[in-house]
Amino acid sequence: MKNKQLKITQNQAFWPVIIFLTIILFNTVMTRGEFLSISIVDGHFYGRIIDIFRNGGKLMILAAGMTMVLATGGTDISVGSVMAISGAIACSIIRGNLLPGLGGSVTAAILFAVCAGIICGLWNGFLVAQIKIQPIVATMILLVAGRGIAQLITSGKIITINSDAYYFINGGYILGLPFPLYIVLFLVGILLLFVHRTSFGLFLESIGCNSLASKFAGIKVNRYLLAIYTISGAFASVAGLIESAGIKGADCNNAGLNIELDAILAVAIGGTNLMGGRFSIFASVIGALIVQSITTTVLALGVPAAYIRVLKALLIIVICLSQSGKFKVLFGRKLESKKKEAVAL
Amino acid sequence: MSGQTKLLTMKGISKSFGKAVIALDNVQFELEAGEIHALLGENGAGKSTLIKVLTGVEERDEGEVLLEGKKIHPKSTNEAQQVGISTVYQEVNLCPNLSVAENIYIGRAPKTKMGAIDWAAMSRDAAKLLEKFDLKLDVNKRLDNYSVAIQQMVAIARASDIKAKVLILDEPTSSLSKVEVDKLFEIMRRLKAEGMGIIFVTHFLDQVYEVTDRITVLRNGNYVGTYKTSDLPRMELVSKMIGKDYAVLNQSLKEGQAEKEGTKTGDELVSMKGVSHQGSISGMDLTISKGEVLGLSGLLGSGRSETARVLFGIDQVTDGELCIGGEKVHLKHPIDAIRKDIAFCPENRKTEGIIGDLSIRDNMALALQAKKGLFKKISKKEAQKIADEYIEKLEIKTPDADQLIKNLSGGNQQKVILARWLATNPQLLMLDEPTRGIDIGTKAEIQKIVIDLAAQGMAVLFISSELDEELRCCRRIVVLKDMEKAGEVVGDNISEGAVMQIMAGGEK
Ligand SMILES: Nc1ncnc2c1ncn2[C@@H]1O[C@H](COP(=O)(O)OP(=O)(O)OP(=O)(O)O)[C@@H](O)[C@H]1O
Ligand SMILES: [Mg+2]
Repeated sequence: MKNKQLKITQNQAFWPVIIFLTIILFNTVMTRGEFLSISIVDGHFYGRIIDIFRNGGKLMILAAGMTMVLATGGTDISVGSVMAISGAIACSIIRGNLLPGLGGSVTAAILFAVCAGIICGLWNGFLVAQIKIQPIVATMILLVAGRGIAQLITSGKIITINSDAYYFINGGYILGLPFPLYIVLFLVGILLLFVHRTSFGLFLESIGCNSLASKFAGIKVNRYLLAIYTISGAFASVAGLIESAGIKGADCNNAGLNIELDAILAVAIGGTNLMGGRFSIFASVIGALIVQSITTTVLALGVPAAYIRVLKALLIIVICLSQSGKFKVLFGRKLESKKKEAVAL
Repeated sequence: MSGQTKLLTMKGISKSFGKAVIALDNVQFELEAGEIHALLGENGAGKSTLIKVLTGVEERDEGEVLLEGKKIHPKSTNEAQQVGISTVYQEVNLCPNLSVAENIYIGRAPKTKMGAIDWAAMSRDAAKLLEKFDLKLDVNKRLDNYSVAIQQMVAIARASDIKAKVLILDEPTSSLSKVEVDKLFEIMRRLKAEGMGIIFVTHFLDQVYEVTDRITVLRNGNYVGTYKTSDLPRMELVSKMIGKDYAVLNQSLKEGQAEKEGTKTGDELVSMKGVSHQGSISGMDLTISKGEVLGLSGLLGSGRSETARVLFGIDQVTDGELCIGGEKVHLKHPIDAIRKDIAFCPENRKTEGIIGDLSIRDNMALALQAKKGLFKKISKKEAQKIADEYIEKLEIKTPDADQLIKNLSGGNQQKVILARWLATNPQLLMLDEPTRGIDIGTKAEIQKIVIDLAAQGMAVLFISSELDEELRCCRRIVVLKDMEKAGEVVGDNISEGAVMQIMAGGEK
């Protein structure tokens, strides 16, 4: 029994889940229960909670890909720009501005957008693994150039499209639940299967801890680096599709702006060491939900816009403190000494 | 003697990690000015932990420390240095990406009148300091250009240069050759004459008797006793360390040797013909047969590790021909070598061996997993079985296989890496300083394992700076010099003299 208890609390996802539940609880109390209420309109579920899951979809996907990149001690700050490229390509194809021969096919638009994401990822991976550029610099190239490329594709304009099939990516419902949730389940599910059923996870952790020793143990470090940046790029392109379907068009300047920071934050809240090593994709996904719910909370509380950023920062500080090992040790010691006192009494 | 205050006194020191590991239990230690004091014990006995507790790297649970009669409680290496304790830790903690000179003077660089760092003076002083150790290095080059042994010398030079009352050396000689060790001892004796107290940790008993005045023995985190070196015969010392009679140990070694005599070598497994790698070995001719333990001998930088690196696909063959099992191969990556059933236990445990934040179990399964490939995952159960087997076989001191490898003592980490390669069941096992930092009991055990494996048909390439060890294990020793093969001694001709003579340059 004791042992089981220990196992649960030692799971990397334990604290993130607790934090998430706390935020939900807090909101529920603050809104006198309204926060939890879910209404059904036309067979679709609506409510704040549902919103968190729907709007958090992009971030969950990005965080899942980012987790592996960070686990190897790298980082990918180009994901926001890749989202912009992906949205630009998809919308341009649907409008027929790009590759008019495809006849505005939504399927083709999605395929090309994802391919673009994969190419971006391969490029990042190539710079990091082969050319050995520091990841933050390597991915900064696309961070900067990516939006430029997106603008070239859309000729510098914000383009809007009219396609119900494309809108479905963000706004659709299946069995009453929003479609982005299914995309998350599908992508994260496959990734989790791959990481845990094969030795991919072990190799990534090994590379993140000590890449030279990993090479000596026979792991093709470069190949795996290439793979994870590619996955991150591909996932970013999917997030880009969701975003552009949400605004029903492509806005190269604002699509995915600063979202890389939220994604990295989500992974950090999930407890993965940003210097590389042990990681948990599931915990990062919960981390993404936390980041999303903070945003929702701040909005729900009706905080004046001027205070939003500061409040968000405060919440982040509290969360990071509660995640910090040193803090836990200090706090744990206090608890223990209190327990001892209690026993002595 | 009782009248004068001791230089350093540690009393009732206890330290545990979690509930399962009691590293130190009520340990005491005393050091006088002008003495060299050996701190001895098996792997995991608690030597390094005692040192870390003394210098503030680890917080002690209980106990007190007095330096010249005054209580001290340093919270970091830096604070320890300020009160006069200078340390070379077991895992060299220099900055590989700084220059040699920067490493020596980091935190205490010479300043110009303007208050800026005086780089010229720094390089000059560094070179002068290293000269005392007979080291001629380019002090402006990055430290990681140099081998572990040289890095270790740099760490020692740095520590000995700090004006300290106490100098602590945790296994400083583990990768040094005879010449360098002699140099180090000369300097230790001089510092001792100047009144410094030196704590010296080592697993080489010869060195203990050569240079130390007193000995303190730890066993399983307990204090066993302190003795005058001249009063404690070697046999007795060993039985104090292992808590058993030395005779038992000797017996197992003898058995091993008997087997060595019986070993017959089989077919040729590896042949190198004129193999070169740009910037390291050149024109190397070497053969290794199944069932043979081949020793590679030579001074530092003679090309021993470099030969192994080429055989393992870390460095590529740029000229010449490498055949394995009669078939010409191009090894581009270690995995190519591993798939040809080659294993390589590298010399530099910390940077090339352990994956610090992974468990013992994962560390042991890693190479086997890489060999099997991404999709044939070793189940946790299988991995646990492997771990249990080797923890028992190599007597790895740990509560369980879930421990992170970085929490093991140095010697025990070495054993885990050895297990990683044994688990791949190789045909050719290359061991680069495999017993580095391993206590004498286990050393004998490992030598026996090596000889056993060869008897079962495995080929072993054995690299060790300890000539003794090579003489004991190998029937053939190839001597390298300046990145080339200088000669070879076989069978009954093997002797320390013969090997030394080739090293010194007198061909055959
Ligand atoms: N941070 C840690 N967490 C858990 N256990 C630890 C930690 N540091 C040391 N230990 C344990 O404490 C014991 C003593 O280790 P220590 O490093 O002091 O041994 P040692 O005498 O220096 O051995 P060696 O000769 O192999 O260097 C070992 O069993 C080791 O596993
Ligand atoms: Mg030690």
